[in-house]
Amino acid sequence: MLRGLWRLTWLEVKIFVREPLGVLGTVVVPVLVFVVLARMLRPRGEPVPDEMPPVFSSDLPILFSVLIAANAVLSLVTIIAIYREGGILKRLRATPLRPHTILTAHVLVKLLFTAFTLGLLLLAGRQYFPVEADVPVVSFTLALLFSTVSIISLGFLIASVVPTARFAQPVGTLIIYPMLGVSGLFVAVESLPPLLQALARGLPFTYAVSLLRGIWHGAGWSSHVGDVFVLTLLFVVFTALSARFFRWG
Amino acid sequence: MTHRPAIHVAALRKTYGRTVAVDEVSFEVQPGEIFGLIGPNGAGKTTTMECVEGLRAPDRGIISVLGLDPAREARALQARIGVQLQEAQLQKRIKVREAVALWASLYRTPADGDRLIEQLGLGDKRNAWFMTLSGGQKQRLFIALALINDPELVFLDELTTGLDPQARRTIWDLVRGIRQRGKTVLLTTHLMEEAERLCDRVAIIDHGRIVDVGTPAELVRRHCPERTVFVTTDNPAAVERFRSIPQIQSVESNGSHLTIRGVGDDLVTQVIQCLAEHGMRVIDFRSETPTLEDVFLRLTGHTIRD
Repeated sequence: MLRGLWRLTWLEVKIFVREPLGVLGTVVVPVLVFVVLARMLRPRGEPVPDEMPPVFSSDLPILFSVLIAANAVLSLVTIIAIYREGGILKRLRATPLRPHTILTAHVLVKLLFTAFTLGLLLLAGRQYFPVEADVPVVSFTLALLFSTVSIISLGFLIASVVPTARFAQPVGTLIIYPMLGVSGLFVAVESLPPLLQALARGLPFTYAVSLLRGIWHGAGWSSHVGDVFVLTLLFVVFTALSARFFRWG
Repeated sequence: MTHRPAIHVAALRKTYGRTVAVDEVSFEVQPGEIFGLIGPNGAGKTTTMECVEGLRAPDRGIISVLGLDPAREARALQARIGVQLQEAQLQKRIKVREAVALWASLYRTPADGDRLIEQLGLGDKRNAWFMTLSGGQKQRLFIALALINDPELVFLDELTTGLDPQARRTIWDLVRGIRQRGKTVLLTTHLMEEAERLCDRVAIIDHGRIVDVGTPAELVRRHCPERTVFVTTDNPAAVERFRSIPQIQSVESNGSHLTIRGVGDDLVTQVIQCLAEHGMRVIDFRSETPTLEDVFLRLTGHTIRD
């Protein structure tokens, strides 16, 4: 079923690296921004100022993780739209490649570079978060991978239907950033207006933030079974929908 | 022994919303021939081809390709056909040999990719990025990809559109090479010259309907039997002598330049016999046969470029 997946994935990694700007935006810029922000907000060795909102202090790693996941979704949506618009998908259609093989290959590429960027972030972060140096790195990585896959499945769905790249960027942005806004990262979900609360409960970011924050601050997986369940459910639903509505041209 | 046609299409119909793209289209392609669907842009050539390839579902009609139903047996068919699509692209920074290797990995019994690259004249481009290839090189790569599974039947959609005459000729030779290897080719083109030089048989398609099917020569004979002969002679009696030949409809003279019009394949022979019989001195001689372009104009009432 996934004939050609590894070759296509490896090929897309090579193709991605051949475009220096893309690598710069995906890997270098987030790390630089993180370091600069962390330096400004939290000079080395000083304690966290009390008046700082958590999103810029203890939740900063979560914010960056989620932003990078969001970025992965956006670039997935854009690249599939470019492939569709440029007739690349059309040409791939006339081969035994299936839509999910193509999408999966791109997700693997994104995950690879996301993981690489996060690895660099963790290294850089050590200097600014000495207290939390004993975070459960393996658990957090797993949680992040899991959340990213679920969030990316929403990207599958958007990527399956957007007709052109010019359309993909705003649509992706309009969906992804409001999702971040109500995810509980900036304002606790409970204190949102009822309507937004209901919305937040249907979106993967909310559960991803809850899971990541819990794991980062040392909670066990057992206290986040609900998050894991919903993220899995959303993954299944979004993937099925995208298979149903995938447009080749 | 009766040969099963490679492609059988009967009463095909496909609409997009209210637009009828293809209506009542029927034709057969025999194994080993190059068959052309010819007509202007928007005539329904690509829609017809994509229905036959199994990429589009027709609204109505029967299609059988290599004995398979493309709508229901698309996978089985995919392994046995090669496809070049109109306006297709590849990743900008994919290398020629990477594309060929990727395609080869998708099929059970692929052809030798390196040999294909050589045969299509891309040997010194094997490490070049797709975006750096010329139009002709891109099309040759697409032909390589269409041939990678050693298909029995090859589809070529507007293969030479946008190419310069030199590149076009190279591609024509390659397509003839595909036929020589015993494969069947279905192609679309809006270039009448391409159809005339390349196709064993053509179907003229206009506004979603097939107007006529035949070899290019048959179609010309059937629809445009008139011939024109231009003779330059200093013989003052020439006009009168030509007018006495029954098949000749008109003789115009402009000084020593005569334009002789008539009907039928014999016209040229008769003019030559007349010249020889009367020992006329010929300074220049040229005959003109209508082309598929003229046939198209006659059948549809408009030129193919409209």
